[in-house]
Amino acid sequence: MATKVMMEALSPTMEEGRLVKWVKNVGDAVKSGDTIGEVETDKAIMELVARGDGILRARLIPEGTTATVGVVIGVIAAADEDITAFTGGSAPAPAAVPSAAAPAAAPVPTVATAPVAESAAPSGPVRSSPLARRMAAEKGVNIGAIHGSGPGGRVIRRDIEGAAAAAPVAASNTAAATAAPAAASSKAAPTAVATAMQIDGEFKDVPLTQMRKTIARRLSESIGPVPTFYLTSEIDMTKVGQLREQMVANGDQYKVSVNDIIIKAVAIALTRHPECNAHWMGDAIRYFSAAHVGVAVATDDGLIVPVIRDAQLKGLGQIGKEARELAKKARERKLQPAEFTGGTFSVSNLGMFGIDQFTAIINPPEAAILAVGATETKPVWENGQFVPRQRMRVTLSCDHRVIDGAVGAKFLHTLRGLLEAPMMMLF
Amino acid sequence: MAVITYRDALNMALREEMHRDDRVFLMGEEVAVYQGAYKVSKGLLQEFGEMRVVDTPITELGFAGVGVGAAMAGLRPIIEFMTWNFALLAIDQVVNAAAKMLYMSGGQFPMPMVFRGPNGAALQLGAQHSQAWESWLAHIPGLKVVAPATPYDAKGLLKAAIRDDNPVCFLEGEMLYNTKGEVPDDDYIVPIGKAELKREGEHVTLVSHGKMVLVALQAADQMAKEGIMCDVVDLRTIRPMDVDAITASVKKTNRCVVVEEGWEVCGVGAQVVDYVQRHCFDYLDAPVLRVHQADAPMPYTKSLEKAAKPDLPKTIAAIRQVLYLD
Repeated sequence: MATKVMMEALSPTMEEGRLVKWVKNVGDAVKSGDTIGEVETDKAIMELVARGDGILRARLIPEGTTATVGVVIGVIAAADEDITAFTGGSAPAPAAVPSAAAPAAAPVPTVATAPVAESAAPSGPVRSSPLARRMAAEKGVNIGAIHGSGPGGRVIRRDIEGAAAAAPVAASNTAAATAAPAAASSKAAPTAVATAMQIDGEFKDVPLTQMRKTIARRLSESIGPVPTFYLTSEIDMTKVGQLREQMVANGDQYKVSVNDIIIKAVAIALTRHPECNAHWMGDAIRYFSAAHVGVAVATDDGLIVPVIRDAQLKGLGQIGKEARELAKKARERKLQPAEFTGGTFSVSNLGMFGIDQFTAIINPPEAAILAVGATETKPVWENGQFVPRQRMRVTLSCDHRVIDGAVGAKFLHTLRGLLEAPMMMLF
Repeated sequence: MAVITYRDALNMALREEMHRDDRVFLMGEEVAVYQGAYKVSKGLLQEFGEMRVVDTPITELGFAGVGVGAAMAGLRPIIEFMTWNFALLAIDQVVNAAAKMLYMSGGQFPMPMVFRGPNGAALQLGAQHSQAWESWLAHIPGLKVVAPATPYDAKGLLKAAIRDDNPVCFLEGEMLYNTKGEVPDDDYIVPIGKAELKREGEHVTLVSHGKMVLVALQAADQMAKEGIMCDVVDLRTIRPMDVDAITASVKKTNRCVVVEEGWEVCGVGAQVVDYVQRHCFDYLDAPVLRVHQADAPMPYTKSLEKAAKPDLPKTIAAIRQVLYLD
């Protein structure tokens, strides 16, 4: 009995794969589980294994070709078995498969493909218990993307539960932790679920829920690879200005820039809102406990974003010192890779160029970037009269796959509170 | 409630039913003067006399046929086989006469009779005397087949069997006769065709009957120490089988192990597996596994007999396998 070799969903988000290499030749004997090819998924190069025993009779696509998940790309059968049902007759699939004949495949016509399985799991090669299939259908889990822990890779109940469990786990962590730190920002919106995530260790990967996946897919289709939205807030910087004056009054060594204070405030706000301190991983969202803040630096060659690590732990003096050193290195093109990678969030400040307000482009895989405009003296209506105030506009660009509007707004709310009452950063 | 042996529970059932209905009589080898090879009929000769407690020659086909004729004539015979292994000599009367009489007589002759005796292996009785016959008997339309595991069920099911208007094959166990349990003095019956959940759990269903129920319960105890909770379904009746009880449990646990004394091929467990795959297909997280006797005549040698029999370690191994624990 012939076994189809299909392009399999080798990652949860994979919809098509590029056949990098055939490992087995036509005529080679293969056993179930043998690697027969290498496939580049949307994330990595993975092994494609045989799902049956026999002879690799046909290789239906050449190396380097991309095929949609579910498309038949080869046939394993007995040496004398008639495999024309797989190699001829059926219409080419809509997948972008160039019509080149497979090398050395004697009876193979140009391109023969099975109907494409609509983003569902390939029905043939996925081994699973009936219960697992039913649960996957009920939970909307793509069973083909799950690694089975049962015999022969069989997907069983615990695998489906594992795949579906992570989101509820995160939710319950959130719920459990809501009480304690919620009071951190007294002005924060009521029931600030967003502030309550707890991260043990460096980071926590939260697999995407179906809802998150759907949000990601729908919004990406609408706007491009990173579905971005923007939130702008005008912040009163009067007290930041006073703070700087008080500090420098103690000596020039205590001089800090507005940007240093913004970095510090951003770092503190990020630790209170880890939802905004995150990487989009494709199949998960990685939330970080530490704020590694990238600071966009313009150089003659262009933009680079060196990173101030653990900014939430550092004093203003340290942040200012590092920022100046990193900017200098950047302009001298002496930054080491470790110094401009690993950021969890970025700040871009064009205030010194007199820009009132702008939108910055997110630095993937980070989920957000803060665009900082110039601080200007503006009349503000207060207590029945106009008074001069130092005002600054910031715009947060958010990756909607990770951050929803309310979550970004809460972060900005906290940031604004910290900058308008900077002594709260000591808290 | 009195704690009595399985043997005495059967004795109690016979006595109560013989008092209740004077058409009921007991016949077989050594049932009267010797008081029964396993003392199940102890005291009955003295209480009911030799017209109703009848010793026979060693002629299984003969006295089984007398039983069929008595049932046709309106009596309610209980035919005791010293063991079900000896019933092979009488199988024509059981299968071709008793099981088919109502059908072939166009409903004229009901067969309100019971064939009873110990079934399955005891210890070192050799290949010919260590056999479990339930799958043979349950194969036959027209027969009911029951196999109680506990003294309570033994009394209740024997009373139900005696009152049934169809031929009932009643399978006891030599190794069960001395087991004890609570048995009411009341007149109660355990309905034929109803399984019982002997223990409740959520992780795996053990389906068993007769002597192997005790093994299943031991396995459940042992697994409970690891936090694995077993549903133990005691079929009690092999035919008609309580499909609802099996499927309700398997739909809950998603896994099933069938434990039986007999051989694998066409065994009772095969029928259970069929019901499970038909009714619980979308609920199964693992193939159903069976624990049974090795596919060979029962060895006489002690060590080989032990190796051939279904037992606790084999049951535990099957449970662990359907749970993907190993």
